Amino acid sequence: MAHFDSSAPTHKEAFDPATAKRNSRYGVILFFIYTTIYAVFVGINAFAPATMDWIVLFGLNLAVVYGIGLILLAFAMSLLYGWLCRAPASSEESL
Amino acid sequence: MIHQPSALAITVFCVFVGVTLAISFYFARRSRSAAAYFAAGGNIHWFVNGFAFAGDFLSAASFLGICGMIAFYGYDGFLYSIGYLAGWIVALFVIAEPLKRLGRYTFADALDSRFQSRGIKLTAAISTLIVSLFYLIPQMVGAGVLIKPLLGLPHYAGVLIVGAMVTLIVVTAGMVSTTYVQFLKGSLLVVFSTVMTILILQRGLTVDNSPESLAPQVLTVLPNGSRLIDGVPQGTGPGERDLRPVGSVTRLPNGSTETGPLGPIEFLRTIQNSEIALWRKKEVKSEDGTSTTTFRPQITSGTDILKPGNHPAFKDIRSDSLPGKLNFISLMLALFAGTASLPHILIRYYTVKDQASARKSTLVGIGSIGYFYILTLFLGLGAMTSGNLDVSDDNMAAPLLAKSFNDGGWLFAIVSAIAFTTVLGTVSGLIVAASGAVVHDLLSSVCGLQMSDYQKVRIGKWAAAVVGAIAMVLGIVFQGMNVTYLVGWAFSIAASANLPALVMLLFWKKTTWQGITAAITAGMVSSLTWILMSGDTFDKVYGWKADDSIVPFSQPGIVTIPLGFLVLVVVSLVTQPKGSSAQD
Repeated sequence: MAHFDSSAPTHKEAFDPATAKRNSRYGVILFFIYTTIYAVFVGINAFAPATMDWIVLFGLNLAVVYGIGLILLAFAMSLLYGWLCRAPASSEESL
Repeated sequence: MIHQPSALAITVFCVFVGVTLAISFYFARRSRSAAAYFAAGGNIHWFVNGFAFAGDFLSAASFLGICGMIAFYGYDGFLYSIGYLAGWIVALFVIAEPLKRLGRYTFADALDSRFQSRGIKLTAAISTLIVSLFYLIPQMVGAGVLIKPLLGLPHYAGVLIVGAMVTLIVVTAGMVSTTYVQFLKGSLLVVFSTVMTILILQRGLTVDNSPESLAPQVLTVLPNGSRLIDGVPQGTGPGERDLRPVGSVTRLPNGSTETGPLGPIEFLRTIQNSEIALWRKKEVKSEDGTSTTTFRPQITSGTDILKPGNHPAFKDIRSDSLPGKLNFISLMLALFAGTASLPHILIRYYTVKDQASARKSTLVGIGSIGYFYILTLFLGLGAMTSGNLDVSDDNMAAPLLAKSFNDGGWLFAIVSAIAFTTVLGTVSGLIVAASGAVVHDLLSSVCGLQMSDYQKVRIGKWAAAVVGAIAMVLGIVFQGMNVTYLVGWAFSIAASANLPALVMLLFWKKTTWQGITAAITAGMVSSLTWILMSGDTFDKVYGWKADDSIVPFSQPGIVTIPLGFLVLVVVSLVTQPKGSSAQD
């Protein structure tokens, strides 16, 4: 239970403005991509709900495939973001 | 339905409670500083924090409410799963790292990091308290729902037991014990939801279209409070009758009567091509005060079940009603924007050491929460076809699903106990958030009270006890409401009050403290007012006609979230410091 010990000292990552700026840029781009896909889902449900009946994959309708797909996509994009932000910006510039 | 308490369930529940409290007392000695009490000293490992995110976020609404809604209405409940999870994208990509960098104990710290303004602290603290209270209501209602089958006690007893336990957990070790409870709960919820999903798939689907299983049921509540089932006194003794458990497939594809074990895709495809009895109720009240509720099966095609529009709140998206469609869009917007605005979620970013840990813990949170939300579809549909639904209580679907696998056995005991810890984990996070707002934002920053570390912790514990007591009262008052529906309110208020301020602070250099204060106030007041005047509140809270409402639809987000942004921009532009930018 060492990770619950609030009195133990820890090594903190140093704040780097260049890294923060880069991470923010990646975050905003990925945010807009996901938001667009989510907005399309909401829009279809609201204004063309019959479209959700379409059988699109594995014999399942669009509602199920799109819904589960949105959850899986969120995880995939969060992994991508974690990978993009894994190193400090300064180390990327030196490559 | 009358649920008999199980000795095994009580034992498992007591073990859970005992372990949780023992850990809280163990950590109490290490949580004497304000940093340790309110933010666990910033020393929680990112992986542990990620699962604690799941434990914090996967509330009674997610486990009880969504499963129940899917069990009774199909895909509509899954829309909440999709919306809740999508909100984590906002948290990860936009909020997580800057919030960790700018804040210390409360989300008001981050908002106020550039300005040192009492106005920001005051409005952010009030917003935190209001959102926390609105979020607490469904958790406490969920506790009352669970106590009946688990211990055989009335609703208010569940609310009081959970309220007292959570207050004890928070008062002993604050964020440290809260993190432990949430980590434990998040892990158990994911593991046992997986176990139940595997059992659902192994059991497959079986047809039951016998007249007995599809016969309507009538519940009559007389003015003196006595209850009759089909004209016979409700009970389990001789000459008495209880509501019958329901939920069955009435037709499978190709005329088969049972499927045997199914894979996950095959399970969904089979449901889609089957017919299922969904139970609908109609309540009639006579002049003498007698209430008669008739429950009838409605044979519904799987294609209809696996698309939106079955639940009364969503039915208008299949019609040409523009207010109905706007109501739906508004709800989905609030779910999307609300997650990253919830105070109890935001303060969890202060429990890790740095921004990289904040990012990585959010990633773990998204993985575990997303996985659970996919399982909710299987759990809900499994409950729908389990033959063990309580027609009078949709919040009981998940525990009763567990009971359908082994009546009175270990799975029901564990799932009921996990459901209780679900409530404990979320409520403890909410109480920590509320007590932090009282101590740091209201007393220290707004009132200017000079407090030692010891005094901050002590007052924080008193604040936690008061918030816990208020939560207990509200949990009793709001008995009988669907917990998912109630959480929608909290999301709308959080998204309207907090998100515009957070986002604009991070991305617009001309933001001023006056703009932030005005945006929080406008978002909070407008969303709260809208909710209190909505048709849903008229109908479900006041008992008035929904049509008499003066707002065109019930969910406020589509109006009040943009209003928050607009107010912030206008007020910030009007209050720009002369001769320099606001950031200067």
